[in-house]
Amino acid sequence: MTAITPDEVAHLARLARLQLSEDEQRRFAGQLEVILGAVAAVADVAAADVPPTSHPLPLTNVTRPDEVARCLPVDEALASAPSREDGRFRVPRILEEEA
Amino acid sequence: MSVTAPSELIRLTASDLAAAMQRGEVSAVEVARAHLQRIAEVDGGVNAFLHVEADRAVAAAAVLDQRRAAGEELGPLAGVPVAVKDVLTTRGMPTTCGSRILAGWVPPYDATVVSRLHAAGLVVLGKTNMDEFAMGSSTENSAFGPTRNPWDTTRIPGGSGGGSAAALAAFESPLAIGTDTGGSIRQPAAVTGTVGVKPTYGGVSRYGLVAFSSSLDQAGPAARTVLDAALLHTVIAGHDPRDATSIDAPIPDVVGAARAGAAADGIRGMRVGVVRELGGQGYQAGVQARFGAAVEVLAGLGAHVLEVSCPSFGYALPAYYLIAPSECSSNLARFDGMRYGLRVGDDGSRSAEEVMALTRGQGFGAEVKRRIMIGTYALSSGYYEAYYGQAQKVRTLISRDFHAAFGQVDVLVSPTTPTTAFPIGERVDDPLAMYKADLCTIPANLAGIAAGSFPCGLAEEDGLPVGFHVMAPALADDRLYRVGAALEAALASSWGGPLTALVPDLEVPA
Repeated sequence: MTAITPDEVAHLARLARLQLSEDEQRRFAGQLEVILGAVAAVADVAAADVPPTSHPLPLTNVTRPDEVARCLPVDEALASAPSREDGRFRVPRILEEEA
Repeated sequence: MSVTAPSELIRLTASDLAAAMQRGEVSAVEVARAHLQRIAEVDGGVNAFLHVEADRAVAAAAVLDQRRAAGEELGPLAGVPVAVKDVLTTRGMPTTCGSRILAGWVPPYDATVVSRLHAAGLVVLGKTNMDEFAMGSSTENSAFGPTRNPWDTTRIPGGSGGGSAAALAAFESPLAIGTDTGGSIRQPAAVTGTVGVKPTYGGVSRYGLVAFSSSLDQAGPAARTVLDAALLHTVIAGHDPRDATSIDAPIPDVVGAARAGAAADGIRGMRVGVVRELGGQGYQAGVQARFGAAVEVLAGLGAHVLEVSCPSFGYALPAYYLIAPSECSSNLARFDGMRYGLRVGDDGSRSAEEVMALTRGQGFGAEVKRRIMIGTYALSSGYYEAYYGQAQKVRTLISRDFHAAFGQVDVLVSPTTPTTAFPIGERVDDPLAMYKADLCTIPANLAGIAAGSFPCGLAEEDGLPVGFHVMAPALADDRLYRVGAALEAALASSWGGPLTALVPDLEVPA
């Protein structure tokens, strides 16, 4: 059974962009270990020759005529933005300061 | 006979309400007001609704009354109120998915399901409570407090669509929309004594359904009677060019099937397969007893009952709890605090990445965080093959089980969920125990077939509702309604109407 440490939870949380408290890291470590231990049962199925299914329907490319239609006006698109500036979404800096 | 007292209107079926409005015995405004009054009286104790849109509902009803007065021919459910699960976008009406991260978000567009409700003249009362982003089986994972089961307000109403199911059982709405990724329409229907159907995957558009696990999510109808569910199914189903996975095929004749199933000889000769793997240890005695009695009823009506084995179903739950979290870890990446919803810590010094992590850390609840991390783990290199890859193979085996079974029988049946409604709080700290509520419902989602839950009585030991689960091949949704209607017709006389006729009176403040 896979042991999940609070450090591993912290690593997963970083990958998933989730800021967790230390208390959460401890609590989730135990819970994730139990859940991952249970779902690991899928490995018991001998299925080397079984093709994977990613979707219940046979997916085919769907196309449509390229026609001009109404799209969301800027004001509506920005109406629920946490922050806006000059008709755009304003976001925090995305690059680090001078290295 | 004219029925216009609000206390009587709220107990009518959707089809009877529609007929009364067509005959001019009652107006759509009176019907809307009766339900809004009921919500005002009892929802403080039930918490089925996250948002009630009283003024808009009455205004929409008034427009319908005018159109009807002008001689316009309206649809079969025109003027009937409906409650919409808060995971479907509604233009100008808040949509939170039960999450703090979307508190106060007002979408700029309607989901296709919602557009079709409006087009058919249904009156949207408001948005119903749910487990956060539809992850859960009890509605306790809502950021806005749990919904309570009208049969016993100390118990859960199921989940994730507990709000929609409770709204029906509390007579706050005759119709509701749910969504079902692993059982979120059917399990709440079972534990509230109502009807809930997960249509064939692709049968109802997912446009505007906030995605949890895109290869499993499916919206569907919920009601107190089988015919009402079928009427609602017909309104929301059908091809939608805005959903690339929407099936371009005629809607199965579910209304015809609901009527035919309730008639004499409605299911005579139908082959009904009892799934051997969905019963036995871990199933409550009263659930098994009611399920067994319902199978006897079907046999008595002329169905051929046989036992069928689906050997891979035992692996459905572990496969689901890898596939759904994997898809959710990707789908929920869109909640990044940049374009809508909550944003935390944007103080000018923090980077976008730090703001994202803070926002998601504060905006998501525990179950959503757990699933995002499980999905992140299952999809990471080194674990991918053993977890996600293997789960996808199990998915193939489950589809093969269904394919083999439907070679022998027309429908498969099982209990909907292993127990009746459990007490609020009992499983909140034990995720695995919570997941087991979906043991019987998950295989249908993995294979994309149609399935529904229909009331089959009350468990002897606790007097709480038990659901009868029917599964049918893809695009054979009509068979669900045929069996459900036969069961309902056979049992309703012993209940004095639909099973919800037996819901204890909710406390109404004087």
